[in-house]
Amino acid sequence: MTDQAIALDAPAVRRQRPWVILLRATWGQTRTKVGVVIVLALVAVAGVGPFFAPYAPDAPVQRAHGEYALPFEPPSSAALLGTDNIGRDVLSRFLWGGRSVLALAALSTLLGAVLGIAVGLLAAYSRGLLDEVVMRTMDVVLAFPQLVFALVLVATVGPSLALMVFAVGITTMPRVARVTRGAALEVVERDYVRAAEGIGVPRRRILFGEILPNITSPLVVEVTLRLTFNIAVIAALSFLGFGLQPPAADWGLMVNENRQGLLVGQPWGVVMPVLAIGLLTIGTSLIGDGFSRAAIGIEGGRGRT
Amino acid sequence: MTVALEVENLHVVLADTDVDIVDEVSFSLTPGQILGLVGESGSGKTTVGLAILGHCRRGVRFAGGAVRIAGEDVLAKSDVELRSMRGRVVSYVPQDPASALNPAVRIETQLSETLAAHEDANGDARGRLHEMLAEVLLPQDREFLRRYPHQLSGGQQQRVALAMAFANRPRVIVLDEPTTGLDVTTQAHVLATVRDLCEAHGVAAVYVSHDLAVVANLASRVAVMYAGRVVETGPTQTLFLRAAHPYTRRLIEAIPELSGAHALIGIPGTAPRPGHRPPGCSFAPRCAFMQPTCQLAFPPRETVVVGHEVRCYRHDVVLQESLAARPVATPPPHVRAEEGLVAVRRIQASHGAHQVLFDVELLVRPHECVALVGESGSGKTTLARCIAGLHASYEGEIAFRGAPLAAGSRARTRETRRYIQYVFQSPYSSLNPRKTIEQIIGQPLRLFFDVGGSEARRRMVETLETVQLGASVLDRYPHHLSGGERQRVAIARALVAEPQLLICDEVTSALDVSVQAAIVDLLAELQRELGLGLLFVTHNLALIRTLAQEVAVMSDGRIVERGLVERVLDSPSAEYTRKLLSDTPSLEAAMAAAG
Repeated sequence: MTDQAIALDAPAVRRQRPWVILLRATWGQTRTKVGVVIVLALVAVAGVGPFFAPYAPDAPVQRAHGEYALPFEPPSSAALLGTDNIGRDVLSRFLWGGRSVLALAALSTLLGAVLGIAVGLLAAYSRGLLDEVVMRTMDVVLAFPQLVFALVLVATVGPSLALMVFAVGITTMPRVARVTRGAALEVVERDYVRAAEGIGVPRRRILFGEILPNITSPLVVEVTLRLTFNIAVIAALSFLGFGLQPPAADWGLMVNENRQGLLVGQPWGVVMPVLAIGLLTIGTSLIGDGFSRAAIGIEGGRGRT
Repeated sequence: MTVALEVENLHVVLADTDVDIVDEVSFSLTPGQILGLVGESGSGKTTVGLAILGHCRRGVRFAGGAVRIAGEDVLAKSDVELRSMRGRVVSYVPQDPASALNPAVRIETQLSETLAAHEDANGDARGRLHEMLAEVLLPQDREFLRRYPHQLSGGQQQRVALAMAFANRPRVIVLDEPTTGLDVTTQAHVLATVRDLCEAHGVAAVYVSHDLAVVANLASRVAVMYAGRVVETGPTQTLFLRAAHPYTRRLIEAIPELSGAHALIGIPGTAPRPGHRPPGCSFAPRCAFMQPTCQLAFPPRETVVVGHEVRCYRHDVVLQESLAARPVATPPPHVRAEEGLVAVRRIQASHGAHQVLFDVELLVRPHECVALVGESGSGKTTLARCIAGLHASYEGEIAFRGAPLAAGSRARTRETRRYIQYVFQSPYSSLNPRKTIEQIIGQPLRLFFDVGGSEARRRMVETLETVQLGASVLDRYPHHLSGGERQRVAIARALVAEPQLLICDEVTSALDVSVQAAIVDLLAELQRELGLGLLFVTHNLALIRTLAQEVAVMSDGRIVERGLVERVLDSPSAEYTRKLLSDTPSLEAAMAAAG
């Protein structure tokens, strides 16, 4: 052997994991921080809010001398945000009502993301007939507007939370699958994938071990975007009465129940949940945007699809 | 004599810092003269090339010096003035012609745009167009003009780029490695065109390249760059015959020669990056002539003879050592086993409907290195991939130690997958950027030997040492390593499987000449010590004499010549081999022709 040891300039190299660098760059942007603060605040409201709620979500407001409050009463010391359409405390229902929206949106997005990523990776890697069949099937699902598809499903089977998660998840899947496939098509051609095939790495490990780590940036961006949309869709479904059933508290449902409050000068039953849902979607999209900008900065544009 | 281009003390730094990228670069050119600007990647040669056009890449700024074309300082010009100069006074030919031509615009339109951009309503535009194409030896018919860039070959694309660069008869032209992606035959034609055009129109040219052999055949003067500075400059012949800088000497020693008289010697270590350059001479840490004074200050310019300048304190000592004293290459020992390791019999392979291999036969014996030589599109990579199981659609038989192999690696047994290992052309795409070196090298270990933990680590470190890397690379990611280091990791990944046949597919073509020498040296060493069978796929005939015992020359999907290396290189029987040999750029041939 020749004595040509390769000199690596050891102290200069910072051995940070690529995703640590990416997350740091994401956090370094103001938009991310704002988004994270908004989302954390709302998650906190939904998560621990019920412990601070003055009333049970379905209990009527009672005044000090025992009498029940009327519907659409303006804010008072007994009900800080007034009462709703049947005299319950708007604040308590608001604090109780975030859990379902957050949990259902997160679960359905997770379901759609997992299925979509698996399908997209498989399609990109196998090419040929399987790719065609799978992606055309996705196109068919994609042809239905998300809300309409969910409505048809829920209307035929009947309202159930699991079904709602399933319906929204299934309609999320083709969108994630398309982005996954698009990003993976380029990675599939790389020599390191050939190298893995050559030594007999199992197909599953090639998909999730070799290809997936190289397309995480566009996927994170897409999934946060889908989460943003799904929050709105879940809220809309609840509004239409396909989610939690009365007397349960739910932000979407609250908007429906308290519509008339806007006419009689007690807007809080509508304003609070609308504000929360709006802020939540803004927060998640700010985080996604921050991530996508960081990825573009680091990976030179490969992060966007 | 008039001066066409004068670069004076050019100083380029990283914006917002004072980190030098390029410093104290000076040279001048007369009309018609070609300067070869030579250096390894990261030496700043492209930065200098772009500075001549008044351009600096984002994140970089000019900190001083001047670039004068016909007496006018380019660096002092506004963007508007620069735009009107570029293409008319100074023009540029990029490395990759495919990215320089607009893929959506016909050749005719692109060429006439170049003319129209600088000429006032020219009467005979079509006549000029034909003249331009004739100059670069391209067809002038309508059918050709109506093509899109992707309908041209790489060589034709580069000729179009040359035609555009010469269209407005600039005074100065900058060529940034324009032949790097081209085959030797195409390269020879393109170089001849450049030479003729510069001479005919009195255009001064700066030819940026890492390939000394190419430069020797083209340039009349050479400037060698290292770590952002010109360390030696002189007339081509003087420089190559009496190099006074140790770095120039090492570069010359790293060039593979067709005659194979010298051993290939790589340069140990890597060039310091901007911001990491040592005080004093930046080559000192890698230099055999280094003495304490070298580390104090960068050596001043000293004149060896008129026109030959060097920046080295010890150039007189260096000059006393004859370049001819290079170690002579020891031809690899040829133990000819009876039984074949891999036998390819009458293979036909195709990509879709397009057949790429026709009745190919090949035999690799144990402990033997077979070089597979051919130009791009000859089918050599497809053949290598068929053997490795990466290309499954073929007819015919590939046998490993007498037993036929299944087509496609998934259909093969674990043992045969292990025995045949493949090293890819580009180490920039063969290592997963999201995995550490430990994960990359550990994968075959887990698959083939079911080992993990400390035993796996021991084997990894051992293999890394075989390829001259240390255990310190294990927790790094590929982007922390240089190209040469990455290729070593790729070789280590193959070796850790303890293969019997190693297929190397153009493993040095993405690397600098100095790194190429080190990798070839390493492969020869491995073959000798581990008794590996080696299938070395390359387009460079000059590389094979130091490494291979047998050679197969491929053209258009057929093997046109097979035999012992000495026999094929010294007395080729196929016309095609003779052509390849004569087109391979050679330092020795250039020196012989000039002297």
